[in-house]
Order: sequence, then structure tokens, then C-alpha cells
Amino acid sequence: MAELHTEEMVLNMGPQHPSTHGVLRIELVVDGEVVVDAIPHIGYLHRCFEKHAEALNYQQVVPYCDRMDYVASMNNDHAYVLAVEKLLNIRVPERVEYIRVIMAELQRIVSHLVAIGTYGLDIGTFTPFLYCFRDRETVLDLFERTCGARLLYNYMWPGGLSHDIPGDFVERTKIFIEQFPKTIKEINELLSYNEIFVKRTANVGVLSADTAINYAASGPVLRGSGVKWDLRKNDPYSIYSQFDFDVVVGKGEVGTLGDCWDRYMVRVREMEQSLRIIGQAIDRIPEGDVQAAIPKRIRPPVGEALVRTEAPRGELGYYIVSDGSQNPFRVKGRAPSFVHISMLPEISRGYLIADMIAIIGSIDIVLGDSDR
Amino acid sequence: MNAAARYFTNLGKGFWTVLIGMRVTMRHLFTPAVTIQYPDEKMAISDRGRYRLYVNMDDCIGCNQCGMACPVDCIAIETAKSLPTENLGVTSTGQKKRLWVTKFDIDFGKCCYCGLCVPPCPTECIYMTKVFEFSEYDRKNLIYSFITLNPDEVEEKVSQAKEAEREAAAKKAAAAAAQAAQKPASTAVAAERTPKTQQPAESEPKAAGSQPEISPSTGENPNEASLKKDPSQEEKPS
Amino acid sequence: MHNFITYYLGTGFLGSFVSSVIPIVFVLSYALVAMYLELKISAHMQDRLGPMRTGKWHGWAQPLADVLKLLQKEDTIPTAADKLLYILAPLLVFVGSYAAYAAIPFSPAYIGADINVGIFYVIAVSAIVVIGILMGAWASDNKWSLLGGMRTAAQLVSYEIPSSLAVVAVIMVAGSLNLNDVCAAQTGWFWNWFVFGKFPFLFVTFVIYFIASLAETNRTPFDIPEAESELVAGYHTEYSGMRFAFFYLAEYANMFTVAAVASVLFFGGWNSPFGTFMSGAVWGAFWLIGKGMVLVLVQMWLRWTLPRFRVDQLMYLSWKVLTPFALADLVAVGLWTVLR
Repeated sequence: MAELHTEEMVLNMGPQHPSTHGVLRIELVVDGEVVVDAIPHIGYLHRCFEKHAEALNYQQVVPYCDRMDYVASMNNDHAYVLAVEKLLNIRVPERVEYIRVIMAELQRIVSHLVAIGTYGLDIGTFTPFLYCFRDRETVLDLFERTCGARLLYNYMWPGGLSHDIPGDFVERTKIFIEQFPKTIKEINELLSYNEIFVKRTANVGVLSADTAINYAASGPVLRGSGVKWDLRKNDPYSIYSQFDFDVVVGKGEVGTLGDCWDRYMVRVREMEQSLRIIGQAIDRIPEGDVQAAIPKRIRPPVGEALVRTEAPRGELGYYIVSDGSQNPFRVKGRAPSFVHISMLPEISRGYLIADMIAIIGSIDIVLGDSDR
Repeated sequence: MNAAARYFTNLGKGFWTVLIGMRVTMRHLFTPAVTIQYPDEKMAISDRGRYRLYVNMDDCIGCNQCGMACPVDCIAIETAKSLPTENLGVTSTGQKKRLWVTKFDIDFGKCCYCGLCVPPCPTECIYMTKVFEFSEYDRKNLIYSFITLNPDEVEEKVSQAKEAEREAAAKKAAAAAAQAAQKPASTAVAAERTPKTQQPAESEPKAAGSQPEISPSTGENPNEASLKKDPSQEEKPS
Repeated sequence: MHNFITYYLGTGFLGSFVSSVIPIVFVLSYALVAMYLELKISAHMQDRLGPMRTGKWHGWAQPLADVLKLLQKEDTIPTAADKLLYILAPLLVFVGSYAAYAAIPFSPAYIGADINVGIFYVIAVSAIVVIGILMGAWASDNKWSLLGGMRTAAQLVSYEIPSSLAVVAVIMVAGSLNLNDVCAAQTGWFWNWFVFGKFPFLFVTFVIYFIASLAETNRTPFDIPEAESELVAGYHTEYSGMRFAFFYLAEYANMFTVAAVASVLFFGGWNSPFGTFMSGAVWGAFWLIGKGMVLVLVQMWLRWTLPRFRVDQLMYLSWKVLTPFALADLVAVGLWTVLR
């Protein structure tokens, strides 16, 4: 019997597609239904952040940093101001450190809620998405009461914070801490352990630990493959060393270690750990002035500083070079999503087209982060 | 045998998790909705809400600190030096105003609502309000002009400032020439000294190339009413 | 008297015409109600409100507004499309869905056509939908539509097997293909219903039939063809306006057909659950429509709870789970019936 000659077809999952995580174009080379190669094309959201930073002073770069990973804005600010403070060699009051950590962890919860909700949407359920966003509202409300904005905060300034927390912040956060575990339980019942969801995501997009390390993966993507690496524990910054929490690692419970379900589940469990950190921090906020250490004019000495932090998407780093003037000479943002997109061809070979969606959703990219 | 056992457990798990999921959604069917009917009801915005800016021109001294702090260059300010005979009044913080503010435009299409313009203001006249419903059909209408002078007055102030400057420069030149006539040694330097003291009559408008042709008639901003209305209890950020 | 219309108006043209138009009236009004329920129930399950403005009272006129909107849309036909097939496809799909209403006994006094092969006819005629879908997919001259359409066809054809096997099990117990007789065999209180009979086998049969028929109607979790949001919108991508409305209407009509057949086969049809209390011609219609609506609500409930299957998992479910179980179940029910 003569062999059937099958041709490979090139499909375009174009910059606009319904299960969008931003504007990303993936060129899929498929043989029937099986993906032979997936070539991502990025740059649709490039806004010249690093070029802009060269023309602005250090304080003015902060709103631009917000807009890099717009889903996890506090974490971006945190990394940047830590880098500037390292350049300036100033120490911020402890109150500032505590509030920064609380805000960063709240932001982590919010960002993971978005990731989980939209992942449900990709797989086909509409309901968990709305439950996640309902809980997100409580936290966004907290943020609005503190700094006035709901998504892009411009809250952490080099040397301190833009506003002190309002009087009822501690109470409201405690109420949130109390009611949030119920939502996590609901999400687990409705989505995480649902057999259909499990079947869609287990054994799909398997990323082995070696590949992950070779590709410089970080965050939940790396931890989902079983590698226990969290910058908050392995390279502590700010005051993370004072808190007691676990590093969540994927264990291959329902499929191969390093599949989409593991990465997804790491995010769900990380939310619980973030809740623990917030619970510990919220009771111990010391008194102080959050604006005491903010310099009048930021003019760092000539030098460079590199700071890396654990953002919800992975390892976020800022490398700032100062030439002694008011504007930075160079600001480089090391975006986790950029690195993770480069892994896409590797982990999607051999799977079906429908699995591509599951894989993209599980590595949780935000195009603002990857394109800057 | 193992395969058969796995087959049946998968099936069982499938059914069981489906039923649990259905229980969750059924429970939610009877919980009250968390959404509200916008625009009939609106959510309360916190006092620190960073939405549309408002400038109280009575207190503005034209220092352009806000314009310089803005990361996106959306504030365009031009001032004209007042004559010594004019009395512009005093701001609420006690400073005597010396500059006529002839242009104060904020382009809300560019504004990123970061609030960096608020802390540098010495008189706390620019602050963020809670207004967020100000969409326009035409992008030009998002350029708000806050000055209180009408276009004729603007022209008048600008021209009189230029006049005053020219006279001052002429006087200086005459004085310098007289001095030069007396002391031939220090010659051209004095005469050539370009008036460095040129006041920001043409102060660098921060908004670069895309300065739109704002005919003075856009002084009639459609949102004039809301501009005039100073939403009370503004919490000026610390 | 199985059909009061033909009883009074005779079996000539007038009687037949009126008799066949009544289900259309029912289907159209039911579709509006079902659309509204879908919007509202999904909203409340998701902790939100749903339509509230159209029609002033909780947005009751939203489906009406949607239909009117669809009616006035521009009728576009892609230039490279096969015109005849393109126009025929939605009509065929709707006709296939609607023709099944002829054999559904709405009440002891009304059944469109009291034929001896009732349920067989229903299953056969529902298969016309597959042709319509393939036509629509092909005629759109769109790669994705074609792929989506072929997947749908595969899905529909595969799930007909367990669905028919389940029906056969019930028929064996009832002893007749005529749906009126099937109803009549379940008179009395609700424990006489077939779903509780030959326990647990007929209950398993009901579950198999329900899942298989859910796949027939393209509802989540089997909605790969429609919510092909992964790539495109499936076989009805190129349709807009009234043509799309036909597809949509056909989906809702199908939902009710399937629910009504399930009520007749398993839940007593037009019988009242309380024996002779609240039974009769008019009550019968109420009970059938009520039971059908309950099953429709369950279908909607499932839609808003479950994620969707991948195509190969869908096929796995049909061929490797439902069909073997249906066969085993058929054998069990048959043995029970014979050995009494």
C-alpha cells in the first residue's frame, strides 16, 4: 500500500485570538492535528519602556514600570525601587518594608486569580473566571483605598511609599484573609479537581526539570516541574526572610511531573502561601513614617545595580546603570514572560492544536511583560 | 487488570467531580449577586481615588513643577510676567502671585493618572478628583484648559509682558552703551549679553511636537461646568 | 382521540396544517423563554444579574430584542461560497430539529402523528441535522468551518450509537415503539416511571441517554464545534443575521426534543406523578412540558459548570465508555425483562 503523503500545514494563531493572553502570534506548523512546531512572534505590545526610561528621572520611571506587567503592577514597582535604593545605598524604614511585602503578596494573589480564571476560560468553563474576579474586587478595593488606583498603582517610590495605609486597612485585610480560603476551596471543587479539566491538562505540555533550568524558567513554571527554587527563600530580598511559608512545588499528582496541571496547581497553592505571609505581616507592621527616606532629588552616584525578585510570573529583575545624572543611563527589565515564551516550541511538539491553548495558558504570560 | 481498575476509577472520579462542581454552581444560584446596576447605582470611590485632575487657578503660581514632574508630558504651561503695577493677588498659602498663567492645558488623553504632579505643587492647587466619567467623542475635547483669562486678556498679558521685556532690554542696552562709552575697556560683552533674564513668557511648553491647534475657543470646554465645580472634600495626598 | 385537532378539523389539509403549526408556535415561544432562562440562570450562577434593562422588568424582552436584531442584519454570503448549499444548510438543520416534534406526545389528546414507529422516526429524522451541518461547513468555503463541521459530524454520528442503544433498552421494557404507548405504560404514581424500574439498570440507561443526547445537541461539555474559541467559531462562522438565527433556534429546539424524549421514555411523559390527581388532556401537556423544561434546565446547569472536552476525549467517551456500557446495560435489561 502506497504511503499517504501528508503535507504540513501552517496555521496562524494570530495576534487576535479569543483565548488571548495579550497580543501574541504563534505560527503553528501542524501535521493533521498534531503540532510539529510552534514559532512565537512577539513585539506587538512593545512600548519602548527601556528607551523611555533614559529620558525620565528615577521617580518618573515608576509609572512606566507599572505598565510592564500590568496584572502584577506592585511587584514590578517593588523590583525597580529595590534596585534604585541599592544604587542610592539607602535603607528604608521597616514600616515601608512590611507594607511593601503585604502589597506584593496581595498582588500575587490577585495576579494568580487572573491566571486561574482565564485558564478556566481557555479550557471552556466560564464560571470560575467570574468567581476569581469577584474576589479580586475586594483586593482592588483595598488598593484603591490606599493609593487611589485599581490596576496601575505608582505606589512604591524609591525610598518609601506614595501613601501610608489608611486606618481601616488592617481590619479589611484581615476580613479578606478570613474569607478567601473559601474561594480557593470553591475553585478546587469546580475547576482544579474536575475530571474533565484534569484530563485536558494532565500529561500536556510536559516540561522536564532539566529543560526548565536550561531555558532559565522561573516562578510557577519552574516549580511546576519539581524544582524547589523560590527567590524569596533562595535569595531573600526585602524582609522575606522573616516570614514562615512553604515553597510550593509540583509533584506530578495527576500526570507527569511538569505538565500543565502541575503549573496550574502551583499557582493555586501559592495563593494559600501568600495568604500566610500576609497574615503574619499584617499583625506586625511597625510604626514609622513611610516618606521619611524618600530623597528630595534622586541623583545616584555612578554605578550599576541589579535586583531580582519573585514576581507572580517568575523572576523579574531590573538592572540599572547610573551615570551620575538625574536620569538613569540604562534601565533593563528582565521579564519572565519573555523567557517563558521562548520555551513554547520545546514543550508543545507532539501535542494537538487544542492542547496549545492549555499550554499557553499554563505558562501564564502577559505580553506587557514580555514585550515591555 | 490494572487497566480495567484505572478505567473504572477514572469513570467514577469523572462522575463524582462533575456532581461536586454542579453542587457549587447550584449553591451560587441562590446567593445574591455581587454586581450593581451601573449607571443607576455607582460604587463608592475612595477619597484617595486618583482620577481626573483639577487645578484651582486661584492658587496657581505658574511654577511648572507639575509639568516637570509629569512622566508623559501632558501638562502644558505658559506664563507671562506681570507688570510691577499689577496686583494678581495672593494664594491661599500666602504666596504673592507674580506670573499671569496664559496657558494651562492638561491633555487627559495622555495623562496616565499616576499622581506625580500632585506632591511637587507648592500651593497644592493641582489634585486628583474622583471624577472618572468624562469620555469624549472627539479626542481634542480631552484637552482641558484651566486658565481663567479669556483669549483677549491672554493676548494682552502676553504682549504687555513682551513690551515690558523689550523696554527692559532696551534700557539695559542703553545703560550698557553709556557705560561702554565711559569705559571703552569692557566693551562688547555688556552689549552682547543677551537678555538672560528672559522670563518664561515663552516658557518651554512641556507638551512637545503634538501641540494641537487650540484655538482660544476651546477655552469653552464642554466640561466647563464640572471644571468650575470643585468636588469638595478632596483629600490632598500627603 | 390522539390528536384533537384532526378529530375536530378532520385529517384533510386544514387539520394537518393546523396540527403541524402548533408545535412551531410552541417551539418559538419556548425558544424565547429558554434563551431568557439561559441568560438569567448563567448570570445568577456567576453571582451577577444578567439582562435587567430591556423590557424594564428584569430584562424579560432581551431575547426578543436579540431576535429583532438578528432579523435586521445584513444578509452576507461569501462570494466564493456555494450559494445553494449555503442557503439550504440552516434550513435543513432547522427542519431536522423540528420534524422530530411530529412524534412527541405533548398530551394524551395531542400528538402530531400517532405512528407506530414513533421513537424510530424521531431518531432517524434528527440525523438530517448532520447533513445540514456538513453542508454549512462545506458551503462556507472556509478552512476552519470545514474542520469544525467535520468534527461536529463525527461527534453527532458517534453519539447516536449509545443514544439509540439506550432507547432500545426502554423500548424492550415498554414493548412498543409508539411513544404514546410508552407513556401509557408508566401510568400511576411516579414510582411507576421507567427511570425507577428494573433498578438500577434503567437509571443507568437514563444517564447514558442523557449524556449521549447532550452531545447530540452540541452543548458543553461537548461544544467543540461551537465554542471552537480555540481557533474559530466552527461551522456557523460565516453565517450572520437570520441564517444564524436558524442555527441558534435549531439548537434550542433540539434541546427540548431531547429533553422531551427523555421525559417520555423515562419520566412518564404526560402522566402526572400523583396518579390520577392533576391528570388529563390539559394537565398532560403541562406535565410533559414541565418535565422537559426541568431537563433543559439541567442541561443549562451543566453548561455553566463543566469545561469542554477535547475532540479525542470526546470520541473516547462515546466509543469506549458509553457504547460498552449501553451494550452491557441492554443485555441486563433484556435478561431482566425476559426472566421477569
